[in-house]
Amino acid sequence: MTITTKTAASEADTAANNSVQPILQMRNINKAFSGVSALTDASLTLMPGEVHAIIGQNGAGKSTLIKVLNGAHKLDSGDILYQGNPADFNSPHEAQVAGISTIFQEVNLIGYRSITENICLGYEPTRFGMVNWKKAHAHARSMLARFGLDLAVEKPLQDYNIAIQQLVAIARAVALNAKVVIMDEPTSSLDDKEKEVLFKVIRELQASGVAIVYVSHHLDELFQICDQVTIMRDGHTVAQHAIKDISKLQMVAAMLGRDIADFSDQTSQNAAQQPFSEVLLEVENLAGAGVLCDVSFKLHRGEILGLAGLLGAGRSEVARAIFGLDKERVKGKICVDNQQVSYDQPIDAINSKIGFCSEDRKEDGIIPQLSVRENLTLALMPKIAKNGLINETKEREIVTSFMRSLGIKASSMEQPISQLSGGNQQKVLLARWLATEPRILMLDEPTRGIDVGAKAEIQNLIKSLAKKGMTVLMISSEFEELVDGADRVIVIQAGKSVSEITSENLSENAIVQAVAHEAPRSSLTKGSAA
Amino acid sequence: MNLSNMLAAIPGMSRHNSASVRTEGVWIALILMLIFAGLRYDAFLSEYNIMTFLSYNSMFVLIGLGMCFVIMTGGIDLSVGSVVALSSVVVASVSHLGIEVALPVGILVGVGAGAINAFVITKLKIVPFIATLAMMLGARGLALVISDNQSVPVSWESNFTQFGLGKAFDFLPWPIVTMLVIFAICWVLLEKFSFGRHLLSVGGNEDASKLMGLQVDRTLFSVYIISGALAGVAGVMLASGYGAGQPLEGMGWELSAIAAVVVGGTLLTGGVGSMTATLLGAILLGLIFNILNFENGLGSISFSAYWQSVIRGGFLLVVVVIQAKIINRQTMLKS
Amino acid sequence: MNNLALKDQQNSNIAIKNNMIIEKLKQHGTLLAFLFLILVNILITPNFLQIQTLYVNLTQVATVAIVAIGMTLVIASGGIDLSVGALMALAGTIAPLIFLSDFALMSPVLGLTLAILVAILAAAMGGLFNGFLISRYNIQPIIATLILFISGRGIAQVLTNGELQTFDHASFEFIGTGRIFGVPFQAIITIVIALSMAWVLRRSIYGRFLLAVGGNEQAAKLAGVPTAKIKMITYMICGALAGVAGIITTAINSASDANQTGQLMELDAIAAAIVGGVLLTGGKAPILGALLGACIIQLVGYTLLANGVHDAVAMIAKAIIIIAAVYMQQMKGAK
Repeated sequence: MTITTKTAASEADTAANNSVQPILQMRNINKAFSGVSALTDASLTLMPGEVHAIIGQNGAGKSTLIKVLNGAHKLDSGDILYQGNPADFNSPHEAQVAGISTIFQEVNLIGYRSITENICLGYEPTRFGMVNWKKAHAHARSMLARFGLDLAVEKPLQDYNIAIQQLVAIARAVALNAKVVIMDEPTSSLDDKEKEVLFKVIRELQASGVAIVYVSHHLDELFQICDQVTIMRDGHTVAQHAIKDISKLQMVAAMLGRDIADFSDQTSQNAAQQPFSEVLLEVENLAGAGVLCDVSFKLHRGEILGLAGLLGAGRSEVARAIFGLDKERVKGKICVDNQQVSYDQPIDAINSKIGFCSEDRKEDGIIPQLSVRENLTLALMPKIAKNGLINETKEREIVTSFMRSLGIKASSMEQPISQLSGGNQQKVLLARWLATEPRILMLDEPTRGIDVGAKAEIQNLIKSLAKKGMTVLMISSEFEELVDGADRVIVIQAGKSVSEITSENLSENAIVQAVAHEAPRSSLTKGSAA
Repeated sequence: MNLSNMLAAIPGMSRHNSASVRTEGVWIALILMLIFAGLRYDAFLSEYNIMTFLSYNSMFVLIGLGMCFVIMTGGIDLSVGSVVALSSVVVASVSHLGIEVALPVGILVGVGAGAINAFVITKLKIVPFIATLAMMLGARGLALVISDNQSVPVSWESNFTQFGLGKAFDFLPWPIVTMLVIFAICWVLLEKFSFGRHLLSVGGNEDASKLMGLQVDRTLFSVYIISGALAGVAGVMLASGYGAGQPLEGMGWELSAIAAVVVGGTLLTGGVGSMTATLLGAILLGLIFNILNFENGLGSISFSAYWQSVIRGGFLLVVVVIQAKIINRQTMLKS
Repeated sequence: MNNLALKDQQNSNIAIKNNMIIEKLKQHGTLLAFLFLILVNILITPNFLQIQTLYVNLTQVATVAIVAIGMTLVIASGGIDLSVGALMALAGTIAPLIFLSDFALMSPVLGLTLAILVAILAAAMGGLFNGFLISRYNIQPIIATLILFISGRGIAQVLTNGELQTFDHASFEFIGTGRIFGVPFQAIITIVIALSMAWVLRRSIYGRFLLAVGGNEQAAKLAGVPTAKIKMITYMICGALAGVAGIITTAINSASDANQTGQLMELDAIAAAIVGGVLLTGGKAPILGALLGACIIQLVGYTLLANGVHDAVAMIAKAIIIIAAVYMQQMKGAK
């Protein structure tokens, strides 16, 4: 029996119909990385012919769940039943052979090679040991024809856009007889038209009984294509619903680990002591960098402005654009102190007293081989050096004072930063920027991935800085943090600044409402960077 | 509605940067140089010059082809020059047994060196550049030890020297025949066998290739062995063509080979490459030297032979900068 | 993502604890290896404990050590420089051309100063050219420096027509053969360079930025480090140091030989830098380690030579040392 429609699938699920077995079940999956738990008792049930969404915040465990499923990670405990039998895949390739294919966000194909090669690689039809290209091309064409695609299959894959590349990846999966196709953020770089094509192909697959795991942070589109949704939070699968039984607001609430009713309407305590009047930074019609299409806001002197939005909405890209990164890819006007600025590179922004503590500590924060001292004073170098020589006395004084005032725990300032805990690393990076005495400090997820104690310390620190007159742009996915810390919040949706929540209205509920509010679908610029 | 029509309607749908190696440039440069030289020097198109030129350069073509395999996987083999020397020394000492023995021995020497390279790269996970750099030293050292720093005379009694000096059917010098046969094999291997496709895939995206179930390590093993084997054959040519095993010959040949591959248009980042382009690249670089010789013969200017490396470097510079611009533009487009 | 970050962090915490121990062992390990070599030599090498032995070794190690220091900087920035040998030849050739010119005969002091300065400057410009290609066009360092590897020596050969330039110039030769208080002059130069570079790395903003660029280029850029400029300076210093080594070599030989000066020096320098503990992944620049590395490599060669082993065996030994050093480094870094 094949299930072909959404309703049938969800009914089958709810009605506990014994005639339809789940194609895949993951039960009580635990996975830890050197003692840190990434998945705790996570479960997933997948029926044939259903499109099953997995959503969750950054770090909720979506990627780990997928990687356990497709054999990239070994699970610590729990079991996976595939077609009713216990499954244990040692590599994504094994999973693929068994019929579980993963289509990654960065399409995992080989751009230089032709479409045919990408579809047939590893099982090319041969004659006398030589590849039979005629047959291979015909095979590739027939696979694509199933989706109504007619492409020049001899041409290199990279000649085609991401949408086609994704379809080719799907065609390969189908050619390998996939029963489960996992799609990781498939639409993040597609525009509306391309998205439609993809959805059409997904429905095609669904009709032939393929189950699809659909990981996405674009909640709106889930309602268009998915049947079921599993919500993850902190490594747990916290809820599973039929999509028709849940609202977007409920989804957001569940991702944050709360009930809607729990969202406090309590407005922020920081109700402006004095009205902020002087505009320090003004951003107008910022667009580009893959996701931004229209972001405008003003930042006043002494204010903490929060930037809220779901993952992938373009929050970090705003900060990067202001800081002079991705210059050639961003359009729009940025004014500091009523002067239009256009920084070519970070050093220019730093020189006009802007600091940017980026989101990814490991990728673009710490220099692992260097000590706490060397990391802390990196951005400050030009100021504490004379004729190219570092004033070590001054350097040590500064480091000592910051280590004390921020409570950085390290055996000494000479300890390599990579040995510190996440929270202490973050404090060092904060100190790196504070030491430059910036007028504007941009903080991207300042408390991500650090323990509760350090988190509170850093949040308090940010508040006290603002009290002393520093201007802060704070990006955070934790709405509580924004309500607690920010004077005002700008909400960004799909690269657009859609609403502003002023201090008198600032509550978690208000942010959730604004974030979950139905966005006017805008066609995104292509080639989004996550 | 046809989906491809729908997609094609989307602007920016098809980017026009093909991933295959464009050989037009090399062809044009080569033909222009041939016309120039043919018109300017009387003896240039003589049978003697053509045959000597191709015979001499067949060694460079061989190691260029081997290097091309390696570079297409995203690696590099700096040891080929030393392996040529090692092979020439070893085969010279068995040359009395005839080419039937010497050629397999030479190939075996190359395969051995290639296998060690491959082992260090795939099993010890040491980057190709360091691994083959060490082999460059090791093979050279071994060649010098075996030969005791002297060139090793070959036997003129056996048919060994025929391989380097003789002619097939009294017409085509054997080195040229060997080169053409090996070129044909390499071409078929790359274009017609799945092995060729797999090695390009490994070079294009190693992770994706693993995911697709390709035997990445085995592919890498093969290319270093091929590169070594071809260097081994080049060593046999060297010994038989010059009547001696030469432990000090082949210095810097790896770089000529890399230059030939790059000038041919093969991307250093791997994933794209062409045997034809490499053949043309090697011949183009050789031609520069040949033309310089003729120009000196004319006596109008006196370009010393040393200019050739300066000009080769200049050539490499131009090609590499053009390549870099193409690659940078591609990454710009992608992100 | 978050979990992964946590995982990595945890991993690195554990790894680093291990690192600390092995790090210490290894730092001392290099020193221990050196002392062990000396001990072995005292036991087996005839006449090892003579001042003459020390002089011979000091003379031979100086140039390798100087180039290895430059190479350490380059590797610490995350790159590699294959052109150092060629730049040595270039500088070594230019210097005599100037101090033997008519101008220098008229004003010898100025001529000599100019000879040394211009020669070093030329090598530095070569390095700058490397750095420019690497930072401006994102060309892989191996390939970018390959260009001068080929052309640099070519230019030197063109300048002298490939001929040996002999000279009799006491003050210039002092660089290579002179002694101050009994210590060979080039040993003093080496130590002065090593100490001053170590000091520059520790104290200067350049040193800090260099390690930051090598350690995490993206993070460095975000913190306002002018990464392109730092890389260019680094390759320039490496070039200049190669120039100094070239001048010393020429001075020792009382002749400049564009064909031989600095041959295979890139390998010795890389080997010395790696044995000295520089990380191939960048971010660490143990200058004194490079000095020690050069000494170990020198001593291995000397030990073999002094005990009647074929001199080329030293090359094989070096090859093994390179692989072993990198392998150990990777074992250490493996998480």
